[in-house]
Amino acid sequence: MKVLVPVKRVVDYNVKIKVDSQSQDIDLTNIKMSMNPFDEIAVEEAIRLKESGQVEETIALSIGPSQCQETIRNALAMGMDRGIHIETEHSPEPLIVAKLINEIVKKEEADIIILGKQAIDDDCSQTGQMLSALMNCSLATFASKITFEDDQVIVTREIDGGLQTIKLQKPTVITTDLRLNEPRYASLPNIMRAKKKIIDKYLPDDLNIDMTPKLDVIKIEEPPKRQGGGKVETIKELVEKLKNEAGVI
Amino acid sequence: MATLILAEHDNIKLKESTNKAVTAANLIGDTIDILVVGNDCMSVATQASKVTHASKVIIVEESYYQNMLAEPVSDLIVSLMKDYKTLMSPATTNGKNILPRVAATLDVSQISEITAVIDKNTFERPIYAGNAIATIRTTTEKNVITVRTTAFDAATNENNTEIEILNATANPCLSEFIEEKISGSERPELTSAKIIISGGRGMQSGDNFSMLDKIADKLGAAVGASRAAVDAGFVPNEYQVGQTGKVVAPDLYIAVGISGAIQHLAGMKDSKVIVAINKDEEAPIFEVADYGLVADLFDAIPELEDGLNNIK
Ligand SMILES: Cc1cc2nc3c(=O)[nH]c(=O)nc-3n(C[C@H](O)[C@H](O)[C@H](O)COP(=O)(O)OP(=O)(O)OC[C@H]3O[C@@H](n4cnc5c(N)ncnc54)[C@H](O)[C@@H]3O)c2cc1C
Ligand SMILES: Nc1ncnc2c1ncn2[C@@H]1O[C@H](COP(=O)(O)O)[C@@H](O)[C@H]1O
Repeated sequence: MKVLVPVKRVVDYNVKIKVDSQSQDIDLTNIKMSMNPFDEIAVEEAIRLKESGQVEETIALSIGPSQCQETIRNALAMGMDRGIHIETEHSPEPLIVAKLINEIVKKEEADIIILGKQAIDDDCSQTGQMLSALMNCSLATFASKITFEDDQVIVTREIDGGLQTIKLQKPTVITTDLRLNEPRYASLPNIMRAKKKIIDKYLPDDLNIDMTPKLDVIKIEEPPKRQGGGKVETIKELVEKLKNEAGVI
Repeated sequence: MATLILAEHDNIKLKESTNKAVTAANLIGDTIDILVVGNDCMSVATQASKVTHASKVIIVEESYYQNMLAEPVSDLIVSLMKDYKTLMSPATTNGKNILPRVAATLDVSQISEITAVIDKNTFERPIYAGNAIATIRTTTEKNVITVRTTAFDAATNENNTEIEILNATANPCLSEFIEEKISGSERPELTSAKIIISGGRGMQSGDNFSMLDKIADKLGAAVGASRAAVDAGFVPNEYQVGQTGKVVAPDLYIAVGISGAIQHLAGMKDSKVIVAINKDEEAPIFEVADYGLVADLFDAIPELEDGLNNIK
């Protein structure tokens, strides 16, 4: 079995981004970039599957500018076997990402594709679901537990009301939720070892995918600012204000 | 052309999030049909037929639709989409699971969690945990959209439209339901509650959440939590409020022992009134709070419970 994990390079989750009102875009100068946190969880899960002997090979795939190679190196340092980089000017919209991933799935004959449930920059939560449609295969989003039973995969999913468990035919697409696992840190020897691992490179043209976006981003603005910072000294004052000033209790 | 709305329900009751999606759809201006997919769920279709602005309800019942598995439900929706320009659903876990699969099959991009409708093809949606708002225009013939329910009021129930029964499409049998563990609390649901009291890591244990339960009972409130509280096992996952949990906007949100990380704020900063109780006066939660109280929660919460006794 082969596992493919698409990893996205995004603004680090600790950074509070700013909108540049001139360009009406996010100001990304000198901003720390990292692997999307949900993708770290996906990488960790793939490595554990290999460690437990259920999987032969693990591949990390990133789509975007040349710096995505760092993100792939990160995944390799955590323990993925090899990398694939599809070089594009920037990360395309989810449908196009899904089409590119699908081409790699076909080339590599991957059986299990684990993605993050959402990229924390675009907050789309679409790519895995779209990939499953293109592959015409089973889908388990928001996974908090993955096990194998004979030739099938059992996934527990975090849903609005609680937890749902389903059984999937292979090939399958799974997206990770926060509680699936705790990703490991890369050890120094593994970081060194990762430098020798192979990263294959493709261009969208090699894969025959039309990169024309179907969505136009017209502008990006700052949200209305919330006026906070009010204080109360005592619970008595709080209750009085909630009742008489805010009128919410 | 028309808009098809995938109804959110549990085979018994229609969820209010459906009414909110209807309000968003009504801003587009096309005819609105509501699709009820499920098993043994005629009562849901009857409720849906009352929703204002709906011109028709379509019901499709089949045992393999009972748990809204993505593959059979998206196949069904794809088969209906030749008659519709727009597919919409509330951004619930069902909507998020199913709609992108439909979109990719139709070869269109999805617009997730819209917060405003500018025109038929132009929408606003938050990105970067709500720290920016993007205006997006689609260039395709068909649109697939999920709706952030906190951004729209619920459509009323003053209607009585026809209910059309359609046949199921085949079950692709790619996945199989095994079980569901639904917590089924007596309290209101987080996403529709008027008042929410949430606890964070500062609560220290699951048992201590009973202090919040008591206040929730008094106020008719729902109980929520930060990711840290869920990860620590204090409360189940469906309590999580935030960028990657539930997005809420009640009249009153009380954050107890929550620091106010970007990811938490993303899920609650549109609440009308925010109260924060935290012993660290530097906690970022105070920057968005209307009423901040710097105090030890283990003193403040019992006092609040007492204080509420005296107001009614
Ligand atoms: C990809 C990703 C997604 C995430 N999604 C979410 C999400 O959806 N929702 C979410 O909430 N988080 C999310 N997080 C986590 C987020 O970054 C924070 O780690 C989390 O919100 C912190 O929870 P907390 O405020 O309860 O804990 P802490 O940050 O540890 O804060 C605890 C607070 O309690 C206070 N406190 C402690 N004891 C007391 C006391 N006795 N009395 C009063 N106050 C006390 C402390 O002063 C402190 O401010 C996400 C993180 C990542 C990386
Ligand atoms: N440019 C990209 N390169 C690699 N993987 C991606 C890329 N964009 C999205 N993904 C994958 O798709 C998941 C969901 O992204 P999204 O649908 O954009 O929220 C991410 O967590 C990644 O696993």
